[in-house]
Amino acid sequence: MSKLIYNPKFRAWFIQGCVVVILLTLLGMAAYNTSENLSKAGITTGFGFLEETAGFDISLKLISYSRASTYGRAFLVGLLNTLLVSGIGILVSTILGFLIGVARLSPNWLISRMAAVYIEIVRNVPLLLQILFWYIAILNPLPRPRNAMNFMDTFYLCNRGLIMPSPIWKPGIIAAPIALGTAIVVSIILILWAGKHQKKTGKRFPAYWTSFGLLIGLPFIALALADFPIIWEIPVLHGFNFRGGATMLPEFIALCLALSLYTAAFIGENVRAGIMAVDNGQWEAAFALGHRPGATLRLFIIPQAMRVIIPPLTSQHLTLVKNSSLAVVIGYPDIVHVFAGTTLNQTGQAVEIIAVTMLVYLTTSLSISFIMNWYNRKTSIMGA
Amino acid sequence: MTEKIIGKNPLKEWKPRPDLPPPVRDFGLSGWLRKNLFSSAGNTFFTLIGITIIWLTVPPFIQWAVINAAWLGDNRSACDYLLEGEKNGACWVFIKVRLGMFMYGFYPDPERWRVNFALCLLALGALPILTTGLLEKNLRRIVYLIAGAIVCTVFFGPFPGLTAAMFLSAPLLLSFTPLARQIPVRGWNWIFLFTIYPVIAWFLFTGGIFGLPYVDTHQWGGMFLTLVIAGIGIAASLPIGILLALGRRSSMPVTKTLCVCFIELIRGVPLISVLFMASVMLPLLLPEGTHFNKLLRALIGVALFYAAYMAEVVRGGLAAIPKGQYEAAQALGWGYWKMMGLIILPQALRLVIPGIVNTFLGLFKDTTLVAVIGLMDMLGIVKTALADTDWLGFPKEAYVFAALTYWVFCFSMSRYSMSLEKRFRVNRR
Repeated sequence: MSKLIYNPKFRAWFIQGCVVVILLTLLGMAAYNTSENLSKAGITTGFGFLEETAGFDISLKLISYSRASTYGRAFLVGLLNTLLVSGIGILVSTILGFLIGVARLSPNWLISRMAAVYIEIVRNVPLLLQILFWYIAILNPLPRPRNAMNFMDTFYLCNRGLIMPSPIWKPGIIAAPIALGTAIVVSIILILWAGKHQKKTGKRFPAYWTSFGLLIGLPFIALALADFPIIWEIPVLHGFNFRGGATMLPEFIALCLALSLYTAAFIGENVRAGIMAVDNGQWEAAFALGHRPGATLRLFIIPQAMRVIIPPLTSQHLTLVKNSSLAVVIGYPDIVHVFAGTTLNQTGQAVEIIAVTMLVYLTTSLSISFIMNWYNRKTSIMGA
Repeated sequence: MTEKIIGKNPLKEWKPRPDLPPPVRDFGLSGWLRKNLFSSAGNTFFTLIGITIIWLTVPPFIQWAVINAAWLGDNRSACDYLLEGEKNGACWVFIKVRLGMFMYGFYPDPERWRVNFALCLLALGALPILTTGLLEKNLRRIVYLIAGAIVCTVFFGPFPGLTAAMFLSAPLLLSFTPLARQIPVRGWNWIFLFTIYPVIAWFLFTGGIFGLPYVDTHQWGGMFLTLVIAGIGIAASLPIGILLALGRRSSMPVTKTLCVCFIELIRGVPLISVLFMASVMLPLLLPEGTHFNKLLRALIGVALFYAAYMAEVVRGGLAAIPKGQYEAAQALGWGYWKMMGLIILPQALRLVIPGIVNTFLGLFKDTTLVAVIGLMDMLGIVKTALADTDWLGFPKEAYVFAALTYWVFCFSMSRYSMSLEKRFRVNRR
């Protein structure tokens, strides 16, 4: 018997067996309690509620939605709003973060100090506080639509948000997306060809600048040929509010601002660490070959730094997506607000709704980290 | 003889001329400016942009926060001129009047000394651990604890002073007794801070014994509640995180799978959904009629959430320990826990101190999220204070003040972590 107790294999299996039994018991109890509690509250489990009419309105919708739509539709609207704010946040914070990271390493004393001050201020204040600051302390006290801040009679900033002209498309507009698509395809081919061309001949072709020109120029030419089939609807003050135009909600502005500025500080630090991780000898080697500082940064340092930067950068993006759930605090209709808030309060389907909400975030996180791992494998130094 | 042949200036007589002064262009203030700010056209351009940005932001802010601000007075009328007139300034009177609320929430006024005393005790107990060298000698320790007891007696009365004296001297006394001598004073300090202190703090905060009036947890609030949540969250998430990290690296398949699932699940979702789960789903999972304190629910959510992050940090440290350390411990015939506790974890944790402190920082900042489920932490109380009809219209002041408070805590924590990192790096080399 004592032999059995000191047998590591037996002990391992015994402990694991105990853990499993305890866990199953707890789960069983939780499931039993939940079903009891739910049946007492008169709530039927299952996803049938997704087909029911929601009956509430959502202030920002990218797809058609009304009071008469279903909870399922509301879920989609919330999901798209989350993706919208995360997408914009990721884009802006990455660009800003790279600028800050490079500025932090700038030989210019003033610029590098300013970047450091920015990072230290923004990083050490909770994001939720920053969101509330922008929303309650900055955007809410803005003047009413009557006394809105006027920018050239086309843009108005007031406590209802940023009101701007909205485009009305005419039939000929189809030319623009076609031109844009063509430009993208041509650019990709061009960039791939330029890479091969450089490997073969050693000559560089300015592929990025050319494709940049293509991406802007082709749609413009297409629109010009179709005689600019867009009419801009200019907002006009009418009584107490604006008529026409599109409105950017203050919740949206506050959330985008806070998320981008906050994440940019972290990304800036990641970028700085990445650039500093590149050996000084790489700079010297590039200078010895006669490259200018700008070209050195672009051709030698950044490509090597990217290997260090990408993993933390992706995890910052992931954090941003998760942080976008703070939208619920200021009432931006993201998935947590619409689904885990209003829908949950109306239907009481706590288990299903929390599970689905968590699943959405989990799927996003896992897929992004899957892509990141793939990228890491692809770019890691072979044999090292 | 040869010297004469060389010519008019034989080598022997050669004297170096005095050094030339450094070129004015490269040294002094103008040289520094030239080098750091105006070294090229592009650099000058960036410097000008920077000066413009500073010019556009700093003077208006100082104008608002200092020059035009209302500092004096103790009621609303002191700030009336800010809302009526053209002057754009901050109403710091609002903060001054509401300071007690921001710090303690709705904790009854005459009982607030208990919070102060508990925090003071924490600071006194933690100082010998946080500083090295300063309080290492026994004589210095004795002076320190006498001073601490006197300070507590002066500020809080004789009974708290006695408590402080006992709490501070016990680790020292224990280290002299033959049985407990195996653990150094520092170790006893840690043990006291993690076992005795929470009990003292709990009785101080809630009261109900020793003639202290009872204070319910829903009256807790402000910075005090933030510190309670952060403190308990930090103290709970580190041990749970270590266990999870060990589980993730264990060779037992079931334990490993469970730990991996837990960590990845928690890390994949936002804290707000975990808090929602704790506040909405936990009552469903428990038998009917079980009442669960709202604060406790939030604490469970925060601690479990950050335990998952902590586990990943600790795992990084465990992975960095060479295999030889494990083998050496096993060669000594040590069991798993002895090996981990005495050989592997001390090295691993030391390696990942920056990561641990970063996680603590994240936890501290994320305590603000408990305001979403209705707790009155610093942010929640600011919102409540802003809804007061007597003081409408000063959100900027309140949020700037809250931001400053958080900033001071977070910034000092990150600086402390940096110094810690430096110290340990020096020790390793």
